[in-house]
Amino acid sequence: MNNDELITKLKTIIAPYIQDEEAFKNLSEDTDFVKDLKINSANLVDIILDIEDEFDIRLENDDMEKMLDVKSAMAIVTSKLNK
Amino acid sequence: MSKRVVITGLGVVAPNGVGVSEFTDALKNGTSGISFHQELKDLNFSCQIGGIPKVTDDLKSEYFTDLQLRGFNSSGILYGCIAGVDAWKDAGLQIDSNGDVDYETGLIFGTGTSGVEKFREAIYKLDDGNVRRLGSTVVIQTMASGVSAYLSGMLGLGNQVTTNSSACTTGTESLLMGYDRIKSGKAKRMLVGSCSDHGPYIWGGFDAMRVMTYKHNDSPEEGSRPMSASASGFVPGSGAGALVLESLDSALERGAHIYAEVLGGEVNSGGQRQGGTLTAPNPEAVQRCIKNALKHSGITAKDIDVINGHLTATSKDALEIENWTKALGRQHKDFPYINATKSLIGHCLASAGSIECVASIIQLKEQFVAPNINCEDLHEDIANLIDSSKVPTQIIEHDIDVIAKASFGFGDVNACVLFKRFIA
Repeated sequence: MNNDELITKLKTIIAPYIQDEEAFKNLSEDTDFVKDLKINSANLVDIILDIEDEFDIRLENDDMEKMLDVKSAMAIVTSKLNK
Repeated sequence: MSKRVVITGLGVVAPNGVGVSEFTDALKNGTSGISFHQELKDLNFSCQIGGIPKVTDDLKSEYFTDLQLRGFNSSGILYGCIAGVDAWKDAGLQIDSNGDVDYETGLIFGTGTSGVEKFREAIYKLDDGNVRRLGSTVVIQTMASGVSAYLSGMLGLGNQVTTNSSACTTGTESLLMGYDRIKSGKAKRMLVGSCSDHGPYIWGGFDAMRVMTYKHNDSPEEGSRPMSASASGFVPGSGAGALVLESLDSALERGAHIYAEVLGGEVNSGGQRQGGTLTAPNPEAVQRCIKNALKHSGITAKDIDVINGHLTATSKDALEIENWTKALGRQHKDFPYINATKSLIGHCLASAGSIECVASIIQLKEQFVAPNINCEDLHEDIANLIDSSKVPTQIIEHDIDVIAKASFGFGDVNACVLFKRFIA
């Protein structure tokens, strides 16, 4: 899966939780989930579960702690897929 | 100086009507909200009928965001939020999600238990070793104060926000708690009410106690028979009722429509003594509750025109009537009209008190006594105490000035409130 495909998939997963449409439209690798997309921090766990289901991977607590923006989410998902 | 308290908004989600206008029509027409549920049959329930409000997905979307509805599985919170938001709008109050906090308004919204189906989902995952996959909303949907948390956020309320719980007394108690807070000057407005989940996981324990009827699975609308000789247990219901209480000063100042005045009331407990148990009322305490409610309201027993009873359709109905006759010193033809809303909607448990308070206010406002359905065969013990004309089976247009509402609950707890017609 290339980066564009991965971002597209992540965007679909994140869409229900975002509170800032404008930031979502301009989503890039540098977009921060809480600061930019104004996602309620409680919903980050739901995003983790949705990512697990979509990619059939398992994310551990320390993966979760690191997954604060699009870039880190992409890195973690890619490393799990390559295992 | 203590404040006078009035009702300026109503909201209701009942098995026989969602919204005040639909519910009013159902009350007037004696429309039953009880139906057969295959799910209960499949689970081997003795009682396979119940009252579930009809809430469509479109209606849900008018009150909740798509995000709020993700993984949402708490029917009580659903009903409570619809009734609460409706009552707020009915009172002519605004909802501005970006507006200021309203520190003058609080919320007391009761329930027995919250989100039992969500809890069930969570327990299955948890017992499977999958606690990490519960998601973020198990806590807010299953905590007792979940409904208060959802509602106060929708409305931006900043006074006391809490949840009360006193079994089937819950709804009437929440109203009296809100009343006290306004009366003492601690809040200008209180949104009060209560809600109850529907379905097998909330109703099962009652089925096991054999207190629900098993004789009307083929004739659901005839199942709920308060005060009838052929009553054979209650029919479970669900839903929510909500009322905006407001100081008279505040209501007049903003030119709000006033439904009625809350004169006062009483809550007490029978202490599970003198005949009272976990599940049965101490008659002396019930009578004391009614008498004190009158005293606190500054009226006498003869002022009561209509009673909206607790009356569930169990063997305790006759005892309740006896308690009313003794507390009021009125019987036979001198007894007020009496009204069992449960004949139409079943016993909505924690939400019963609030839905029935709303039913009482509607009857007071529109000056009618709703029919008691399924009571053509008045129980002999009741007929010996009060004249059968006081238990109308057809709607009666009647001059009503004062209506008394009482609720009683497991744990031997009681609540009684008196409402008076408000003429500006």
